[in-house]
Amino acid sequence: MNRIKYTSPLLLDGESTVVVENNVRIYDGDQKTSFEGGELIITTHRILWGRPGQIARGQTCLSMALNLIIFIEEESPSTFSFTRSRKIVLHLSEINDTSNGPQPYSMFNFIKLSFREGFTKNITSILHDLLQDRPWEPKIQQPPVENKPQQPLIKPRMGIVGIERSIQEKQKATDASINMAFQDLDKLMDMAKDMVRLSRMISTKIKEKQGDITEDETIRFKSYLLSLGIDDPVTRDSYKSDNQYYQSLAKQICDFLLSHIEEMGGMMAMSDVFCWVNRSRSLELLSPEDILNACKLMQALDLPLKLFEFSSGVKVLQLSSLDSSTVAEATAQLVDEKGSLSSEELSKSLGISLTLAKERLLTAEKFGKCCRDDAIEGLRFYPNLFLTREE
Amino acid sequence: MRRGIGLGAIKKNKYEQEKYKDKGNEIQENQFEQMTKQLEVFKVNLEEFATKHKNEIRKNSEFRKQFQEMCASIGVDPLSSGKGFWSVLGIGDFYYELAVQIVEVCLATNAKNGGLISLDELRTRLIRARGKNKSHQEISKDDLIRAAKKLKIFGSGFNVIPMGKDKYMVQSVPGELSMDHSVILQQAEKNNSCLSVSYLEQVLKWEKERGEKALEHMVNQGLAWIDLQNCKDKMYYFPSLFTACINSTN
Repeated sequence: MNRIKYTSPLLLDGESTVVVENNVRIYDGDQKTSFEGGELIITTHRILWGRPGQIARGQTCLSMALNLIIFIEEESPSTFSFTRSRKIVLHLSEINDTSNGPQPYSMFNFIKLSFREGFTKNITSILHDLLQDRPWEPKIQQPPVENKPQQPLIKPRMGIVGIERSIQEKQKATDASINMAFQDLDKLMDMAKDMVRLSRMISTKIKEKQGDITEDETIRFKSYLLSLGIDDPVTRDSYKSDNQYYQSLAKQICDFLLSHIEEMGGMMAMSDVFCWVNRSRSLELLSPEDILNACKLMQALDLPLKLFEFSSGVKVLQLSSLDSSTVAEATAQLVDEKGSLSSEELSKSLGISLTLAKERLLTAEKFGKCCRDDAIEGLRFYPNLFLTREE
Repeated sequence: MRRGIGLGAIKKNKYEQEKYKDKGNEIQENQFEQMTKQLEVFKVNLEEFATKHKNEIRKNSEFRKQFQEMCASIGVDPLSSGKGFWSVLGIGDFYYELAVQIVEVCLATNAKNGGLISLDELRTRLIRARGKNKSHQEISKDDLIRAAKKLKIFGSGFNVIPMGKDKYMVQSVPGELSMDHSVILQQAEKNNSCLSVSYLEQVLKWEKERGEKALEHMVNQGLAWIDLQNCKDKMYYFPSLFTACINSTN
């Protein structure tokens, strides 16, 4: 919609009227605008729109140059519409100068023309023809042609100079597009896709050259966490009760962290959980209280992770399977193989912390799989021979 | 007329090849420089947008995703609320954001320091990662302590430990999850089942506090004994290693 400008309806040099339609409404992208029930004139150069009689009286009307149109399609009418109304969609190219129009900004790259009473002639094919013939070209292209001789005409030249020049030009174009994208938020939203691609390209190029975008390990870690991204973060607003909210949150946290916690040996401190989850949600921060409440529900919901508290008061999120008979079984098997095990030895062979190793041995003991020997050298565990030896 | 035969031609050819190579390197170098510049521009712009338009970005979920992707590839922090009037009362995101960033710094460095970092170092790193904007530089140690308090409800796993006047250590890896104890046992095995804090400082280049913390935990767990007979140094013995050591000396 920002491509449309206010102008006089007087025809330009060499311009002629092609079609006239009545009762036409303009849409900005998918949104209706107040420009409805007007007269639409397609000329060889432009599309003009004015309220009934405006154009005939020569008053200011809306216009858009045909050369902005990239692509035309007709919107298929929905099954429920019984009117003769037909819509065509005009996909438009970017322009820099958005002044002097009814709407300086637009989120959309297309406008729609809605013909309330259908159209008498086949507008789409007329527009297609016009776009092919480009009757406006000799006239509208003239000013730039006049400017051109001032710049040295760059011939596509082979050789090093040519390569250098093309690289330079590419860089210039990139610089320009970055500058444009960051002019304001709407622009950035419009160009977000390109910018995402560009940012990726820049960072991979730099990584190729020096290994990573920065020396700073905090920033590196940050960008890793950010890149994990949760697509559709659960927010409180979309739930009626706190309980429902915490339940969905518990599920989401579980889905997100499960694979990472598995990689880390089955356990993650709650403060780390807080950081990982919030980073991946970017701007939708969760408070420590919400996270804790959600984690408390995990066990009741039968999720693969659960909150666990050590006797020392340290809270962690751990795999539910860690506390079960499978772990006891596996640990008992290790004890069998080695003859006896202390928590130090188990921690060494599994690469887990001392306390965790001790927890595992205690679990095995709880299930009756091994027996303790609490001696002066520390706590050792032996296979439970009462189970295996008869007599 | 045919050219390119003979020693001179070969030399010339070689010379030209080298020239081309130099030129290629030069072009690549230039391009890299340009990319670095663009990265900087991108960074500054993204930072500014994150501060200014936080709410708008949040509202549009499609764009929020894209914004996060950009931040990830450029290495910009999307969380950058200022302190503001209300945050003193605990309203607003400022302290929560800081808490996230504090844990992040701890996580990023704990491979090096075993999860024990001084508050001063934490602050320097946090500010550096947050961005160049001036408001980021004004984050005080007091702010950090306040933010760390928000993590209290996660139990004793994350601690700010006062170490005398205006000095604090932040412990992010609880004793339960630390691998330091296993490392100490390995060292003790090599050293006749006993060692001291200064030994760890020398051999493993650990900070004094890190060694003290870990050994203390092991004493509490009944894994180590203290021996005060050596007047220079407090020695720690590991009874679980006694038999192994005796066997090896035999």
